[in-house]
Parts: sequence; structure tokens; C-alpha cells
Amino acid sequence: MIEIGQAFGAAATLIAARDPELVGIVLLSLRVSLTAVVFASILGLPLGAAIAVGRFPGRRALIVVLNSLMGLPPVVVGLLVYLLLSRAGPLGQFGMLFTPAAMVVAQTILILPIVAALSRQAIEDAWQEYREQLRSLGAGPLTAAATLLWDTRFSLVTIVLAGFGRAAAEVGAVIIVGGNIDGVTRVMTTAIALETSKGDLPLAMGLGILLLSLVLALNAAAYWVKEAAQRRYG
Amino acid sequence: MLPLVLDQVSFTVNGKTIIDRISIEIGTGPRTVILGPNGAGKSVLMRLCHGLLRPTSGSIVWRGENGGRRRQAMVFQRPVMLRRSARANVVYGMKLAGVPPRERELRASDVLDAVGLADVAERPARVLSGGEQQRLALARAWALGPEVLFLDEPTANLDPAATRDVETLVGQIRASGTKIVMTTHNLGQAKRLGDEILFLTQGRLVERTPVERFFTKPASVEADAFIRGELPWS
Repeated sequence: MIEIGQAFGAAATLIAARDPELVGIVLLSLRVSLTAVVFASILGLPLGAAIAVGRFPGRRALIVVLNSLMGLPPVVVGLLVYLLLSRAGPLGQFGMLFTPAAMVVAQTILILPIVAALSRQAIEDAWQEYREQLRSLGAGPLTAAATLLWDTRFSLVTIVLAGFGRAAAEVGAVIIVGGNIDGVTRVMTTAIALETSKGDLPLAMGLGILLLSLVLALNAAAYWVKEAAQRRYG
Repeated sequence: MLPLVLDQVSFTVNGKTIIDRISIEIGTGPRTVILGPNGAGKSVLMRLCHGLLRPTSGSIVWRGENGGRRRQAMVFQRPVMLRRSARANVVYGMKLAGVPPRERELRASDVLDAVGLADVAERPARVLSGGEQQRLALARAWALGPEVLFLDEPTANLDPAATRDVETLVGQIRASGTKIVMTTHNLGQAKRLGDEILFLTQGRLVERTPVERFFTKPASVEADAFIRGELPWS
């Protein structure tokens, strides 16, 4: 218990002093995960809308697969991306392995199913309600999907933030494809894993506190956005 | 594009016949009210006419010039408003109908004025009261300048004051040259708003009678029983 207390104090000092190493790690984490969530949203939201509105063979199977992929283990994603990007792999020529770009790719793959599956659900619920009205007004599938994406925007914000939380908090994928290289690919989660095994608890704790605060802030923001929007737009 | 001609139209779902070989011609002129007990197929018949459902057999043809389904609109029992302002909801309908942008704004102001929603035009549509939302739905339909307006139980969820507003508006829309086809459960409303009654039971068209005659001397025993059974509650 004493050690935890000491580590906690030291962590607080590091955060308060804006320790450059710590700041660098936090910024890289944010950069990687935010970029991943942007890509995952650009791909995942339209995909979710298309599956919600579209009627095509294999649709049910696709939904089941997509839902299952929400539980994709990060280490498996890491391994797959590693194989793709390694020197001998199909995308090896780009030399992306052990760069932040590789981490972005891995996290995008990891959270794409989350964004797509959850948005599919939210948009399909709205579609049930809107369907006749939109068709009556002459909306084809594309127009309907676009309209629904806009009309469910507050639910989608929550979904995108959930995706970001997942990306920022995972360690398995980024440690494999990033390699946890000091100053290059070291992010919060990989640093915590390393520092803990080295016994440098203050840095690990400091990062842990920041990571938790970040996740907490995100959830608060998501909740607040939805509440405020519901009150304002019904 | 009127008259609308139905020839031996049937609609079945999972072997259950909802609409049973209805042949009818709906032309300009009289306000048509579709009456019948619950489950008679009133709403389904209207959705078939509007084009939201396809008949299982038989044909539905717009005989008039510039056919197609553009110049018709439908107002549902429960209006579905998009999460945007009242005005934007009206503009949305016109956008899908291909009305040029500048004209959309002008017409939106006109119809919102006409339905008495000019003061709340910029408010989010979904926070308006039930009666206001139904008037907004009428405005959205009216702005399309439809030749035919289908109304499916437009006042079923409204209080008497809001019902009166809607009935007045339907009268105005009719006066502007739009053919009215509606279903209702309210026999008083059928008398007030209808010129002719289409009476359905069990998916069959039992009779088509001018409104005065229908309520005094209906041609069919079914209609007679219906009126006697229903009148005490109207």
C-alpha cells in the first residue's frame, strides 16, 4: 500500500510538472487514436447506414459477422496488421511497420466494426420510424441513408466516442505493430505496460490516471451531448 | 394524373388476404372518405394507392397526363418529423420533389403561414405539440402542390381543438384544388369532410355511396350495421 501511495504522489508530480516524456506519450496517443477514429467513422458510419437501409442477400449474415467483430481481440488485429506490413508481407514495401501509421491502421481495423455495427443499429431503429414517411416523400435508399445519418447524429457522436475510447485504451494491437519505441511509437497503454514491468510505477501510474481521466471525460461528453441534444431537438 | 384506376387489386401477406380484388376509379372532385371497421384494410388500400405497397395481384394505374407518383402526398396518423427546424422539414420534402432552392424557401414561408406555424418555423420540429406536428405534416405535404393528398387517420391522436384545426386545413387544401382521400374512425368527421364514402370490410369494397345517402340509407347490410354500431360513439 505504501508503494501505491508513493507512486501516486510521484505520478501527480509528473503530471503537474508536465513532464516532457509524459506529454509526448499522451500527445502521440491522442494523435494515433483520433486519426484512427476519423478513418473508422468515414468508413463505418456510411457502412452502418447502408446496411441499415439496404436490402441485399447475405445482409443478416453480415450483421452477425459485424456484431461479432466488435469483440475482435486487439492482439489478433495486431498480428494480422503485423503480417500485412512486415517486410515479407503484401504491404511490406511501404516500410510502415513500427511507425505511428501502422498503429493507426491497426486501431482503425479494430474500431471500424464497433462504429459500423453500433451505427447500423441506431440507424435501423430510426429507419423503422422514418421509413414510410421518407418513401412517401420520394426518398431513394441513398437519400434515406444520408437523411438518417444526419437525424441520428447525436447517437452517432456517442458511438464515435465509444470507438475512440476503445482505441485509446487498447494495448495489444499497437504494441505489436508499433513496437513501443521510445519517442516514436510509445503511447499511453504501451508505456504503462513497459514501465510496470520495469518497476517504474510513477510514470505508469501517471499515465494510468491520465488515461482514466480521458475515458471519463469522453463518456461525460458523450452523455452531455446526447442529453442536451435530446432536450433541444426532441 | 388522376383518375387513379385500381383493377382487381389484391394484397396478401403470408397467405392472409388484406385487400381482396378491389376495382375502383378515383377521380378529381369529390372528397373520398374510406370507412370500415378495424382491420378492414383501409390503411393498406391507401398505401397501395400512394405507392408505398405493391399489390400482390391486379394493377394500379394513374390514367391522367404526366403520370407517376410525384404529384401526390400522404399524411400519416403519427407524423414523422426530422430532427431539424419546422421550416427545414417543409423544405426537405420540396427538395426531394425537385423544387428549385429559391422557390422552396418562398413556398415554405407561405405554407407555414397558412397552417399557422410561422412563429415556430425555426423551432425544432420534434419539440412541437402533437397538433402542431400534424399541421406541419400537412404543410409539408401541401408545399408539394399535390394533385391528390392521402390522409391516414390524420386526427386519431389529436385532441378536439387540434382536430378542428386539421379539419379546417384539409378544407383549405381542398379549396386550393387538391383531391382529398382520407380514412377516419370518426363518423362525424367523415360527414364533415367527405363527399363520398368507400366502405370496406374484410378487404372488400362493399359500397361506394355519396355521404348523405351513406348515413341515412346505406346500400349494404354491413354498412348499416357498422353505422348503427358506431354512431353512439361518434
